Amino acid sequence: MLKSVNTLRSLGARTFGQQIALQRSYAKKSTGDGAHTFAIDSKKAYAFHVPHNYQGELGQPSGEVALNKQECLDLYRMMSLIRRFELVSDQQYKQRNIRGFCHLYSGQEAICVGMEKAITRQDAIITAYRDHGYQLCRGGSTESTMGELIGRANGCSKGKGGSMHMYLAESNFYGGNGIVGAQVPVGAGLAFALQYYAKVVNKTDLKNVSFSCYGDGAANQGQVFEAFNMAKLWNLPSIFVCENNKYGMGTSVQRSSGSTEYYKRGDYIPGIRVDAMDIFAVIDACRWAKEHAIKNGPLVMEMETYRYYGHSMSDPGVTYRSKDEIQEVRKHRDPIIRFKDRIVSAGLVTEDELKALDQDVKKEVDEAVEKTLASPLPDDSEIAKDILADEKYTCKGRTIYESYTN
Amino acid sequence: MLNLVRPGRNVLSHLGRRLYSSQSAVSFDRTELDSDKIDFKKYLNFNHEIVYNYTKEEIDVENVPTHKTNMCGAINEAMRHAMEKDEKAVVFGEDVAFGGVFRCTIDLMEKFGKDRCFNTPLCEQGIAGFAIGMAAMGYKPIAEFQFADYIYPAFDQIVNEAAKYRYRSGNLFNVGGLTMRAPCSAVGHGGHYHSQSPEAFFAHVPGIKVVVARNPVQAKGLLLSCIEDDNPVLFLEPKKLYRLSASTVPDDAYYLPLSKAEIIKKGTHVTVIGWASQMYVLEEAVKMAEEVGIDCELIDLRTILPWDVETVINSVSKTGRCVIAHEAPHTNGFGAELAATIQEKCFLNLEAPVIRVCGLDTPFPLVHEKYYVPDNLKCFEMIKKVVNY
Ligand SMILES: Cc1ncc(C[n+]2csc(CCOP(=O)(O)OP(=O)(O)O)c2C)c(N)n1
Ligand SMILES: [Mg+2]
Repeated sequence: MLKSVNTLRSLGARTFGQQIALQRSYAKKSTGDGAHTFAIDSKKAYAFHVPHNYQGELGQPSGEVALNKQECLDLYRMMSLIRRFELVSDQQYKQRNIRGFCHLYSGQEAICVGMEKAITRQDAIITAYRDHGYQLCRGGSTESTMGELIGRANGCSKGKGGSMHMYLAESNFYGGNGIVGAQVPVGAGLAFALQYYAKVVNKTDLKNVSFSCYGDGAANQGQVFEAFNMAKLWNLPSIFVCENNKYGMGTSVQRSSGSTEYYKRGDYIPGIRVDAMDIFAVIDACRWAKEHAIKNGPLVMEMETYRYYGHSMSDPGVTYRSKDEIQEVRKHRDPIIRFKDRIVSAGLVTEDELKALDQDVKKEVDEAVEKTLASPLPDDSEIAKDILADEKYTCKGRTIYESYTN
Repeated sequence: MLNLVRPGRNVLSHLGRRLYSSQSAVSFDRTELDSDKIDFKKYLNFNHEIVYNYTKEEIDVENVPTHKTNMCGAINEAMRHAMEKDEKAVVFGEDVAFGGVFRCTIDLMEKFGKDRCFNTPLCEQGIAGFAIGMAAMGYKPIAEFQFADYIYPAFDQIVNEAAKYRYRSGNLFNVGGLTMRAPCSAVGHGGHYHSQSPEAFFAHVPGIKVVVARNPVQAKGLLLSCIEDDNPVLFLEPKKLYRLSASTVPDDAYYLPLSKAEIIKKGTHVTVIGWASQMYVLEEAVKMAEEVGIDCELIDLRTILPWDVETVINSVSKTGRCVIAHEAPHTNGFGAELAATIQEKCFLNLEAPVIRVCGLDTPFPLVHEKYYVPDNLKCFEMIKKVVNY
C-alpha cells in the first residue's frame, strides 16, 4: 500500500508498472453467470502522475474487467450504434438535411461507452460539442438524437440546440457545450453539488462523481486550471477527462501544448493516462477513478484516442495529417475491432451475432432518420420560450410593432 | 397577393408556413408592402455581389491599379501590406499559420515566416492578454479570434486591460498598436455560437475603437487604418461576406478614415443607417422604397465606437426620419445609442419616431434564424412606416 509521501518517494521514478504488486486490487463489479475476465496490460494501458506531495494511497485500476455475454453484446452494440450514427450524420449533412456546425465522434467511441459502463446514471457527465455519442450512451433515443441534429421538433432539445447541444436531465448528462473549455469549471460545480447533497442535504456517504470531458485543445484554456484548483481546494469528486484525439481543429498537440502529458496537467492532482482505444482499459480506469474521487477528491484522466473524421463537417481532416496516419489507426487500433477481436476469441460471442447487431443498428439509425424527416420543424411558438423561467416573458421582436411571448 | 419564395425559405414553404415576417403583436397590413406596385420577385435572388459606389473623395478606384478580390482576400492584403510596411506587425491566433478557418491569413506564414505569423493555443483570454503585452512594448500585434462568439473569454482583457492601459498609467503606457479581428454576424445556420454580433458590448467601453466593414474595399482600407491607429481596435468582419462580397480593390495600401460614417446614397425622405452585412439587406430595402417613390439616404456607420455623430445628425436633420437596422438583439443594441442621440439632437426636425429593425431579444436561434434576422422586407416595411407616419 502506498501510504505516505516518503513511501512513495522511495519507489523512485513513478513507473507504476513496478508498483502494481503493491496496489490493492479493486473489487470487480459482479457480473453474474458466464462472466469472462478480460485482462488489461496495465503497463501499456496506463501511466500515472503522482503529485510530489501526494498524501495517502493512490492505488491503480485492477487490470481486468469481467463481462458476461450480454454485457459484451450491449457494449458492442452501443459502439456500433455510435459509429453508424456518425456515418449517417455525415451523409445527412452532405444531403443538407443537417446544417450548421456538426462534429463527429467516430474513433472515440470506447471513451463514452466505457465510461457509461463504469458508472451509474446518478453520476454526472458534461462534455463539449462532440456529444452525440454521450447522448446515445446516457440513454438518449436514436430518434431524438438524430432529431436534434436535423433540427426537428422530435429532437432531444426540441430541435433548438442542434448537434452541439444535447442533454438528458434524467440521466445527468449536462450536455453539449459549444464554448471550448467552458464545461470544465461547470463540471467542478456539478461535483460540488453532488458533494453538498451527500454531506449537507442528505447526510449520507458520497456516492457519485462528475466527469468533465474536454479536448486536448481545450486543455489549454485558463478556466480548466481554475477548475483544477477549486476541485482540489474543496476536494471535489470531480474527474477531469481530457480526450486527447491528437488534434484541436488543425493543430496537433505538439503544436498547441507546452506539455502534451495532459494527465500531468493537474500538477497537485493525481492523473492517469489511459489507452482509450481499449474499452476494457476505459471501463477499468473509470471504475477506479470514481472510487478514487469519492474517497480522495479530484483526478485528471487523459484518454488517448483518435478522431477519424475532420474536426467538423467543413474540415476534410487530411490537410494537417496524412491519410496513412488515419488508416494506420483504423487498421491497428480501432476500438470496435479491438473489442470485437477479444470477445470473439474469448469465445463469448460469435462473429455472426455481432454482424446481426450491426444490421440491427443500421436499421435503427435509418428509422431514426426516417421518423425525423417526417417530424415537423420546431414550432414558431418556441421562439420566445426557454429564455427566462418567468411564466410570462415578452421579448421585443425585430421592431416595436412585433413582440413574442413564451 | 404576395407570393414570395425566398432563398433558404423553401424548406418552410412546403409545410404551409408563413413565408415571411413573424407573428406580430400588432399585425401589419400586408397591403402596405405595395405588392401591386413592386415586383418583389426580382428581390428574391439576394445578390451578394453588389459593388457599392465608392465615395470618390476617400478612394479612387478608377485611376489606380486594381484587381478583383473578395472580402477575405482584401483582409489578407491589408495584413500583408501592414507586415511589409512595419516589422513590428505580427499576426497570431488559432490556426492562423495555416490560413485560419476562413483563410484570411493564408500565405502570411509562408511570406513572413513563423516568427511573424503563428498559431496560438486555444486560449482567447491568453491571446488578448499576450497581444496587450506586446502592444505595451510598442509592437503591432494583429490578433485573430476565430469567431466573435469566442471573444468573451477575452472580454476582461479587452475591457479592463487594453481599454484602460493608457488612462490608468497617465499615458506612460498604451496599447495603441493592438488590433483584434473577429468574424461576426449571421451566416445561415450558424446557430447560437457562430452568429453573434457583439459590437454593442464593446461599444460600452471607452478606450477602444470598434470598426466593422461591409465589403472588400472597405475592409482593406479600414483594417489598414485600424492597424495604423494609435488605439486598441476591435475590427469585426461579417463572415457571411468573406466570399460572397467581391469587388475591385486597389492594389496598393490605402487608408479609410475611422470614426467617419459613409453616405452610400444621398436621399431626402428618410435616413437609413446600418453597418456590416446588414448594409446589403438595407440596400435591397432602399431599392424597394425607391420603387414606391421613397428617396432614402443610406449610411454605413463603419466605426461603431467612437461613432460619427455629425454625419448622422446632419442627415436626420435634413430628412426628419430615420430607420436603423442591425442584427444584434433589439434591446441595448447599438441602434439604441443612435436613436437616443438622434432624439436628443434632432428633436425639432423629426417627423416620425426613430425606428429600429433588429434581431429578436432571444439567443441567436438555430432553426428560427429566418424569423430572427431583420430582413429586407421588414426594413422596407419600416421605411414605409416612418414615411407615412
Ligand atoms: C472559446 C472557443 N474558442 C474557439 C472555438 C472554436 N473551436 C471549436 S472546437 C475547437 C478545437 C477544439 O479542440 P479539442 O479541444 O482538442 O477538441 P476536439 O475537437 O478534438 O474534440 C475550436 C478551436 C470555440 N468553440 N470556443
Ligand atoms: Mg482534440
